[in-house]
Amino acid sequence: MSCSRRKFLKSTLKGTLAASVPLSAFRFLSPAESRAATESTGTPGTRWGFIVDTNKCVGCGFCVKACKKENEVPYDAPVTRTWVERYVVTRDGKDYIDSPMGGRDGFTDPKIRGEEIPPEEITKAFFVPKLCNQCENPPCVQVCPVGATYQTGDGVVLVDRSWCIGCGYCIMACPYGVRFFHPVYRVAEKCTFCYHRISKGMKTACVDACPFGARQIGNLLDPEDPVAQIVQTQRVAVLKDEYGTKPQVFYIGLDKNVR
Amino acid sequence: MKNHVLRPLWVVLGAIALLLLVRYFMVPADFGVHGESFKLSFHRLSNVDDWRNFTVKYKGNTLCIECHEENVEAHANSAHAIIQCENCHGPAENHPDNPESLALDTSRELCLRCHADLPYPSSTARNQIPPIDPNKHNPGSACVQCHNPHNPELEVG
Ligand code: HEC
Ligand code: HEC
Ligand code: HEC
Ligand code: HEC
Repeated sequence: MSCSRRKFLKSTLKGTLAASVPLSAFRFLSPAESRAATESTGTPGTRWGFIVDTNKCVGCGFCVKACKKENEVPYDAPVTRTWVERYVVTRDGKDYIDSPMGGRDGFTDPKIRGEEIPPEEITKAFFVPKLCNQCENPPCVQVCPVGATYQTGDGVVLVDRSWCIGCGYCIMACPYGVRFFHPVYRVAEKCTFCYHRISKGMKTACVDACPFGARQIGNLLDPEDPVAQIVQTQRVAVLKDEYGTKPQVFYIGLDKNVR
Repeated sequence: MKNHVLRPLWVVLGAIALLLLVRYFMVPADFGVHGESFKLSFHRLSNVDDWRNFTVKYKGNTLCIECHEENVEAHANSAHAIIQCENCHGPAENHPDNPESLALDTSRELCLRCHADLPYPSSTARNQIPPIDPNKHNPGSACVQCHNPHNPELEVG
């Protein structure tokens, strides 16, 4: 194989030009440009957080009813964005847990899963409302292969119904089991912190529905906000801290039996 | 270059061009990174507004006073004042235009959500509400036959 000087220069020029074509497909942004392009989507200066005071919950289930009706989650389907769990602990350390229909109709029967528990054996009993933790570090968003679920600038994880392909990765990824398939839209569905209400200055439907103040929502970045103050000054816990998801739903009076 | 090298090359280039073309038409213009991190904020921007524009259905107690003054007043000074009207009557939505009227749920289940006796220790918040045993407290009759739901301290007129 022979290679003249002329041919070598020609090929080098061609090669350089060809190599620079794909490079021009990338845009290099200055720091200012990239900041402008990544403008936050939510209410500025806001990070929504939630408080659940399990000491106050009586298990009436009005929060579940309100959530389902407000957010058009089919009422009689066994799926719900928020639910209430009942825990009954007996003298021998056993715990009984149930949440019939997510607690939608309250807890009116002392029997748990058909099992009679002798009242004198019960050492403690309590109700624990659950909902999406709107994690700071949400695993459900990281696994989405199509960019259908995301975190807004004010910290709420939403699902784009027109973009979700229904693969179910996010449902598997959530350690709290708060995601499910919407039986009508057939896409991943989850609590939105009632984004349509909080962005209008209202409270979520479940917070408004609770007669006992067991649920509260507020802006964690506002030092005057009652929720931010509780998180800062009182002893609060989060669910499954060891997963590193940094939940933004804080519990008062959380028991070790709660999973 | 030889033909058998070029031909598959054209096929590959064609496939890439097709992919870019499909992508151009399928992916909305506002799809991209809208936030701090690529990992968490890669999405269609207008979806945030889709969620913001979802309809509010629960309107709150303040709306009702305009037309149901009597009920609101009875309710406001009672042991039940903490219970939102819409918990018992369902979401107002655009009431009284649509729906024209709200449900009157006179079932015992509505009241038993809070009043059914559960045999739990006094640390349970439920114990602050006067309990009744649904199987012994006038079974078969609606609670509102004898109790005013808006002000349970009052006799039913
Ligand atoms: C603008 C006036 C107006 C407002 C505001 C309003 N209502 Fe009504 N409401 C009506 C009218 C009119 C009816 C129809 C009465 C009828 O059909 O006999 C009605 C009927 C009802 C009924 C059924 C009464 C029956 O006897 O069947 C309920 C329950 C009710 N409203 C609850 C509420 C609640 C709760 C709110 C607040 C969230 C509310 N209303 C707000 C005008 C109003
Ligand atoms: C604890 C549940 C409960 C709450 C809270 C409640 N209601 Fe009612 N309401 C009822 C029931 C049950 C009836 C049916 C009474 C009957 O049929 O005798 C009723 C009846 C009514 C009626 C029909 C007319 C009447 O007086 O019977 C209106 C109007 C009404 N409620 C409005 C309101 C408004 C407004 C509020 C909030 C201020 C409210 N209710 C809160 C349970 C409730
Ligand atoms: C959300 C929970 C809840 C629901 C639902 C509820 N109540 Fe109550 N009820 C309470 C609370 C709280 C009290 C007041 C307890 C106290 O402070 O003493 C109360 C008190 C009462 C009392 C005693 C009043 C007194 O002090 O003399 C009666 C009777 C009563 N309710 C009847 C009813 C009836 C009838 C219904 C259904 C229409 C109903 N309740 C639904 C929570 C509820
Ligand atoms: C036939 C009429 C009647 C019916 C129906 C009725 N009650 Fe009563 N209820 C009474 C009377 C009378 C009292 C007061 C005397 C007593 O304590 O037994 C009372 C007392 C109560 C109290 C107060 C108990 C306390 O310790 O202070 C509650 C709560 C209550 N009823 C709830 C209900 C509920 C909930 C229903 C429906 C599931 C209901 N009642 C059905 C007549 C009735």
